Amino acid sequence: MMELIEPLHDVLTKYSLVTAFAVIGGTVWISYFVSDRLTQGRLHGSAIAILIGLLMAYIGGIRTGGDEGIADIELLSGIGVMGGAMFRDFAIVATAFGVRMDEFRRTGVSGIVSLLVGVLLSFAVGACVAYAFGYRDAVSMTTIGGGAATYIVGPVTGSALGASSEVMALSVAAGLIKSILVMTTTPFVAHLIGLDNPRSALIFGGLMGTTSGVAGGLAATDPQLVPYGAMTATFYTGLGCLLGPSVVFMVIRAIV
Amino acid sequence: MAIYGTALLSICLLVGLIVGRLLGALVGVDANVGGVGIAMLLLILICDRLQQSGRMQPPTKQGIVFWSSIYIPIVVAMAASQDVLAAINGGAVAIVAGFLVVVISFAMVPLISRIGRSDSLPQKDEP
Repeated sequence: MMELIEPLHDVLTKYSLVTAFAVIGGTVWISYFVSDRLTQGRLHGSAIAILIGLLMAYIGGIRTGGDEGIADIELLSGIGVMGGAMFRDFAIVATAFGVRMDEFRRTGVSGIVSLLVGVLLSFAVGACVAYAFGYRDAVSMTTIGGGAATYIVGPVTGSALGASSEVMALSVAAGLIKSILVMTTTPFVAHLIGLDNPRSALIFGGLMGTTSGVAGGLAATDPQLVPYGAMTATFYTGLGCLLGPSVVFMVIRAIV
Repeated sequence: MAIYGTALLSICLLVGLIVGRLLGALVGVDANVGGVGIAMLLLILICDRLQQSGRMQPPTKQGIVFWSSIYIPIVVAMAASQDVLAAINGGAVAIVAGFLVVVISFAMVPLISRIGRSDSLPQKDEP
């Protein structure tokens, strides 16, 4: 038996990216099958696939204690490459192919408004929650507020302000929760918030800001909306890192 | 050839990321400011030009379209490599902050959409 398993393990590990293509392909196939047969297409196949992905990530975290989900299992490390920033950004840019320029122009002002409102609102909500839970110094409030923006804004803001590592970890966790919630709940609330056209997708991207959340959420709602949401979302983290340690911190410090 | 399309896509992403990085350095943040967004705009502009002048061959197109069609599986792989355990173990502050910000941001989408609509469709105000 061992002489059979070892070469198998060797090949799958050595060609980990190829293994990832096969595993993810299988996951997507099962998801679309379940979507078709068990939910009559009411729950989109890609939404189910993302949920299975998150479940896999949870199992990976428990099994290995690492921070890259299922990709921490050696055999499946290729999933980390496939789902990493490099391929993700490459594919996001590719989705812009075939998009019409005037769709972006028409949204102009509301896109910018949504970005500013999205970033500032996240800081405000995060800071208030931090305050309510007893983190009442301006540095911690701003850092957790940054985490409520995205899980990159939180630690960037925190390290610029010298926040404690506990607060930084909390800000990352808040950002992760946000990203996971946006990924999973967007298809269910889409019709309630009018998320069915390029304009509202652009605004959605600017308000939510988490690239992974927006990318996953829109993919599960309507793949044609992905490039619009992704476009504004990519400006969000930069804007958050810019405003967090400067303007937002000064405002919060002035208040508390 | 398909590689022309894929190479064009690569160049757009690399240029976008470099510009985003420089923008970040310019405003003094250690982050990429809109790199992917800039890359998307570049791709749209260049492809528009090429298609209008008829220089975009079908195989070239396929070299881009493949990557956009593999997008959802990549998002699934991304979901599978998130630190879900840390998010759940992060404690009540993280969960409440993450939850509240998502709910409030969702609610803002129709509000801001309305601003945009009155901006761009003035003909609706006419009797």
